[in-house]
Amino acid sequence: MSLDKATVAKIAHLARIKVPEADQDHLAQELSAILAFVAQLDEVDTEGVAPMTSVVEHALRWRDDVIDDGGNVERVVSNAPEQVAGFYVVPKVVE
Amino acid sequence: MSELTQLTLAAALKGLDRGDFTAAELTESHIAAVAAARPLNAFITETFDRARQQATASDARRVQGTAGPLDGAPLAIKDLFCTEGVQTTAGSAILKGFVPTYESTVTARLFRDGAVMLGKANLDEFAMGSSNITSHYGPVISPWTGKAPADAVRKLVPGGSSGGSAAAVAARCALGATGTDTGGSIRQPAAFTGIVGLKPTYGRCSRWGIIAFASSLDQAGPMTRTVEDAAIMLRSMAGYDPKDSTSVDRPVPDYAAALTGDIRGLRVGIPAEYRVDGTDPEIAALWQQGIDWLRAAGAEPVDIHLPHTKYALPTYYIVAPAECSSNLSRYDGVRFGVRVPGDSLAEMYENTRAAGFGAEVRRRILIGTYVLSAGYYDAYYLKAQKVRTRIAEDFRRAFEQCDVILTPTAPSAAFAIGERMDDPVTMYLNDVFTVPASLAGLPGLSVPAGLSSKALPLGLQLIGRPFDEETLIRVGGVLETAAGFHTRPPFIAGEV
Repeated sequence: MSLDKATVAKIAHLARIKVPEADQDHLAQELSAILAFVAQLDEVDTEGVAPMTSVVEHALRWRDDVIDDGGNVERVVSNAPEQVAGFYVVPKVVE
Repeated sequence: MSELTQLTLAAALKGLDRGDFTAAELTESHIAAVAAARPLNAFITETFDRARQQATASDARRVQGTAGPLDGAPLAIKDLFCTEGVQTTAGSAILKGFVPTYESTVTARLFRDGAVMLGKANLDEFAMGSSNITSHYGPVISPWTGKAPADAVRKLVPGGSSGGSAAAVAARCALGATGTDTGGSIRQPAAFTGIVGLKPTYGRCSRWGIIAFASSLDQAGPMTRTVEDAAIMLRSMAGYDPKDSTSVDRPVPDYAAALTGDIRGLRVGIPAEYRVDGTDPEIAALWQQGIDWLRAAGAEPVDIHLPHTKYALPTYYIVAPAECSSNLSRYDGVRFGVRVPGDSLAEMYENTRAAGFGAEVRRRILIGTYVLSAGYYDAYYLKAQKVRTRIAEDFRRAFEQCDVILTPTAPSAAFAIGERMDDPVTMYLNDVFTVPASLAGLPGLSVPAGLSSKALPLGLQLIGRPFDEETLIRVGGVLETAAGFHTRPPFIAGEV
């Protein structure tokens, strides 16, 4: 599987990372090399094999549905670029 | 040189108990060592004031008779663990200015038991790398130089991603350090710097408060100068945490008690598939030496097969980037960290993430995005998850025939900064021996076992059954004694 420049630009947009056009050729080569490397997996017979979702074979625990934390507004927003009255002030994120 | 920085963690704790020296004295010696070792760039943030306060409090506890199991021990903390009130960077520009308001569970447990934090150790950006050259805060330089030509200052990598932790422990700046291991990030740097590195079973240590790279693989563990020290640290780090649903609720044993020295009758699996083409003859010879040491101690080497070994790295380089692309989507410039404005919301995201992520992280996010994207998910991600099941089955079968597995830790000794940079796949091959156990969630221990012909440390790896860290520690102790690795790196903090 070999990626071209246009595909790199498309993935970069999906990943929301600006990739300057000057970098796209080089990245296409690097990503293609990685994809060529992982293509070895096609050799493995995985017919009827369940995909692994967790290496820990244990049932997830349940907890009581009670409030056990909270009241930490100041700590929650302390890394906000801007805050007003305990709220995050962010750029408009719904367009 | 301070004698106190040469002690093992176990010896330092005994000395504190006996009153030979105080935690304040021990901490001052290590603070001086960290300062003297600044040329190694092993720390991103030094926390000397906090260390002094913790040491003073530790001495008070010892007087009161309430000292914990690690009381007064100065440690380095990988800068992937969130530490309350102390900048946490993950080695990335994108987290500039981030100061957690909470403490990771693992560091909270270390502090509960009395540990002193000297500072936050450098690492590959978001723990993605095998050389510690991808850190935004610059590469870490190994305290080992090898037989470098006198006219060239050849700076070697300490391995990665826990490179700052490894360099700090090897150069005698800290009695121990926390590391994290996703595909080898504790074990490989431990091997490169001649120290012990233990990656516990997935689920043994809580991941809460550790900045996530690949959540199904990430696991914290100790990096120390002896196996006993790793056992002591792990006992404090491990345990169930309601805040991490993948942490496992089972008792934490006294790991150091496993150091009986008795491995008679133990079956040691030697996987044929780890004899890969082009293995460095020195690595092969060291592996054979390890087999001989264990046989001499009464263990029984057993030939085993792990047929899917060669597919572990390609599986890893689908699964880990996929998880990373998802985990790192939170760094969008909206709520914390760096923000680079743009004309639209999408452009703000794109500008922020372009400025905030380095080349390796960008590469892995792009690969992960690709393998998870519509039309490719089944061919790449789902396929890799199925092969991962095969790899785990290999180990399960192998452990019907053996009790522990012995392999080399890395396919070579440390290389120079700047080498292996041209092609990412070549760099990924560093983890060829460590990644399979990671994919299967198994514990792995790297023990320093010898020096290469270039005078660089080499490690042997033990892989164990799930939650059988005790057998790793027991066998690791025997290997350590047999190897008698006491060579110190040319750079020791305060001696140069």
